[in-house]
Amino acid sequence: MSGAAPATGPWVSGSGRARHQTISVIVENRAGVLARVSALFARRGFNIISLAVAPTDDESFSRVTIVVDLEETSVEQLTKQLFKLVNVVKITEMVPGEAIERELALVSVRCAPPGGPGPSRGEVGELVRIFGGSVVDVGHEALTVMLAGQPSTLDDFEELLRPYGIIDIQRTGRVALPKLERPTARRGAGHN
Amino acid sequence: MQLTGAQALIKSLEMERTEVVFGMPGGAILPAYDPILDSSIRHVLVRHEQGAGHMAEGYAQVTGRPGVCMVTSGPGATNLVTALCDAYMDSVPMVAITGQVARPVIGTDAFQEGDTVGITRSVTKHNELVMRPEDIPLAVRQAFLLASTGRPGPVLLDLPKDVLQSTTEWHWPDDTELAASLPGYKPTTKGHPRMVREAVRLMTGASRPVVYAGGGILKARASEALRELAELLDAPVVTTLMARGAFPDSHRACLGMPGMHGNYAAIMALQEADLIIALGARFDDRVTGRVASFAPGAQVVHVDIDPAELGKIRRADVPIVGDCRLVIEEMVRVLRASGEDQADRRAWWATIDDWRQRFPLYYEPQLPGDLLKPQAVIEAIRDAAPEATTLVAGVGQHQMWASQYWRFEQPGTWVNSGGLGTMGFAVPAAIGAKVGRPDRTVWAIDGDGCFQMTAQELVTASAERIPVKVAILNNAYLGMVRQWQEMFYEERYSEVYLSPDLPDYVKWAEAMGCAAFRVESPDDVGPVVDKANAIDDRPVVIDFRTDSREKVFPMVPAGASNSDVIVHPALRPGGEKVVQ
Ligand SMILES: Cc1ncc(C[n+]2csc(CCOP(=O)(O)OP(=O)(O)O)c2C)c(N)n1
Ligand SMILES: [Mg+2]
Repeated sequence: MSGAAPATGPWVSGSGRARHQTISVIVENRAGVLARVSALFARRGFNIISLAVAPTDDESFSRVTIVVDLEETSVEQLTKQLFKLVNVVKITEMVPGEAIERELALVSVRCAPPGGPGPSRGEVGELVRIFGGSVVDVGHEALTVMLAGQPSTLDDFEELLRPYGIIDIQRTGRVALPKLERPTARRGAGHN
Repeated sequence: MQLTGAQALIKSLEMERTEVVFGMPGGAILPAYDPILDSSIRHVLVRHEQGAGHMAEGYAQVTGRPGVCMVTSGPGATNLVTALCDAYMDSVPMVAITGQVARPVIGTDAFQEGDTVGITRSVTKHNELVMRPEDIPLAVRQAFLLASTGRPGPVLLDLPKDVLQSTTEWHWPDDTELAASLPGYKPTTKGHPRMVREAVRLMTGASRPVVYAGGGILKARASEALRELAELLDAPVVTTLMARGAFPDSHRACLGMPGMHGNYAAIMALQEADLIIALGARFDDRVTGRVASFAPGAQVVHVDIDPAELGKIRRADVPIVGDCRLVIEEMVRVLRASGEDQADRRAWWATIDDWRQRFPLYYEPQLPGDLLKPQAVIEAIRDAAPEATTLVAGVGQHQMWASQYWRFEQPGTWVNSGGLGTMGFAVPAAIGAKVGRPDRTVWAIDGDGCFQMTAQELVTASAERIPVKVAILNNAYLGMVRQWQEMFYEERYSEVYLSPDLPDYVKWAEAMGCAAFRVESPDDVGPVVDKANAIDDRPVVIDFRTDSREKVFPMVPAGASNSDVIVHPALRPGGEKVVQ
């Protein structure tokens, strides 16, 4: 690959782990399209951090949300190569600050039954409440909790749960939509 | 009208004005072979499916229309993969039809089941498993459209046997339905006007411009426009391996082929240019040498129909997405209208002429007792060839000599495997080229190694009365590999010797129904070539015994800078041919 500098929008995610860019790809909703997209990444050596797919409101199309690692991958080449796939209809490079990005995490975390040794359900439950998550399953010595939010918030949540002992974690990968047009609204505050 | 899927397939191919299908039947594709008996379409029965693919490529390269091949599932389809990849790399329009096992058994490892769509995904522009008979006509229309528009390439349709067998109401989709069925496919053909003006501004001001013409010129039928542009600019033109014939070799501005085995002047002109006008070319590593040191002082105007080529290897100062012919014609219009004077190019031409004079293509004359000089054989064939002869080559030294020593004057007269470098390409591609343009003489320049890979297709040629001519430059070696071992592995020759007479090429060719000759003496070259040219009722094979010590020069070693091009020893300082 060219290794050329990416053309647009490099930014550092909330966690500071790597430089990411989110790309939203509208594809025809037909058998094999996801395989084409992922095969293209493999074949061209593009480095993908996450990928989420679901049909759009129009069932004949799907939205594929891809987060790429800008250190490894030229977004320009990636979008151009993606566009060569006949089933790819539209590509939007999400400009950070102008996109709503969310991710969901399910975490099973250790906690002691009431009266047992170690951190209690209450402590974990408190953390979940602070983050605005919810408890979705309760076992004798564990809880499964859920949080949806900005990827960086999920990173923080994960970090704070870690000391309790994470048994299992599943994150969805990012989904994103462009921010709605609001000409009068103040831009760039708070969210990304 | 009710038709079976198979009948719908053949009728759809007819609707797309398919003249010929290269293929071989088998279990899964059997239903399609029945209606072909009643069709106007000619079927050429190959001896190996790879041959069908290369024939379709040869056909496409000389006609500009998609070549069509048809094979069965599993092994038939896997045998086609090399040709698909070859067509993909060289942007050759091709439609491949493969049989597939019946729908109910897909995924069960049924007899001759292969995941053809999965296997060929990365070597096709598009492929599709067609799961309903009523979808066949649209799939065929899409395939021809995709194969032949935008950046051309191979498209594969995989058809389960029961889809071919079941019946459907015939419906041929119109343009609107076709367009609606491909919502994501809209190739840009017209260049951006502002970019075109900017390109013209750079061209007018450049004092050392070079037009870098690639295979896209031929695909876009832009030869005429290219010539106009070059003459208006008074700029030299290099024609890549894929673009030989896109600009006449006899033209004063033609510097020939650039790259690893290019003409010295073509290599150096690119290297020293202040403006490279890349038209339908993709900065292949065989052209650029080490990218970091390629044409360090050049700005780049890059025109390509495939946006992904722009900036892929070399940043373009003026990238233009569009069809080469339309964009060049627009450039010519803008240039004419501007009326501005071109920068002074006299010093540039003087430099170029000096390179041309000091470093021409050169080989040493044959000494008595030596074997034939391969370059001389090619020149003899060239000089005796009827006008507009189609030249086809295999892959290796002979291919480079063919590109160097032939004189290409017209588009579509050169057929070779550039991007993939597929040994065994020549014989089947020559057959396809002859089927596509039967009015033209077809010569294949082949290597002894290459010939052994696909020679069986000469049986096809004999059976189908397709009179191609094959010149084997028999140097008893995998010559190109031998050359690398000689130059870069201290002459440690490893697994490159083939023997000059095992197999006996003359007997082999005769057994395949060809006229066959062996030439060992330089005096016999001309007369035997004349004899071959006079034979028009069957294929001809000539076994030319050539000198294995001969190397291809100039040469830019792999990964080296183009500035470090190695010329023929006789042209080096101290060599006996040095022109001061
Ligand atoms: C299918 C395939 N296998 C291997 C190679 C590597 N290769 C490139 S040129 C060459 C030698 C070709 O020998 P021959 O056909 O005799 O041509 P020559 O170079 O001697 O003219 C080889 C093995 C290739 N290009 N294609
Ligand atoms: Mg050889």
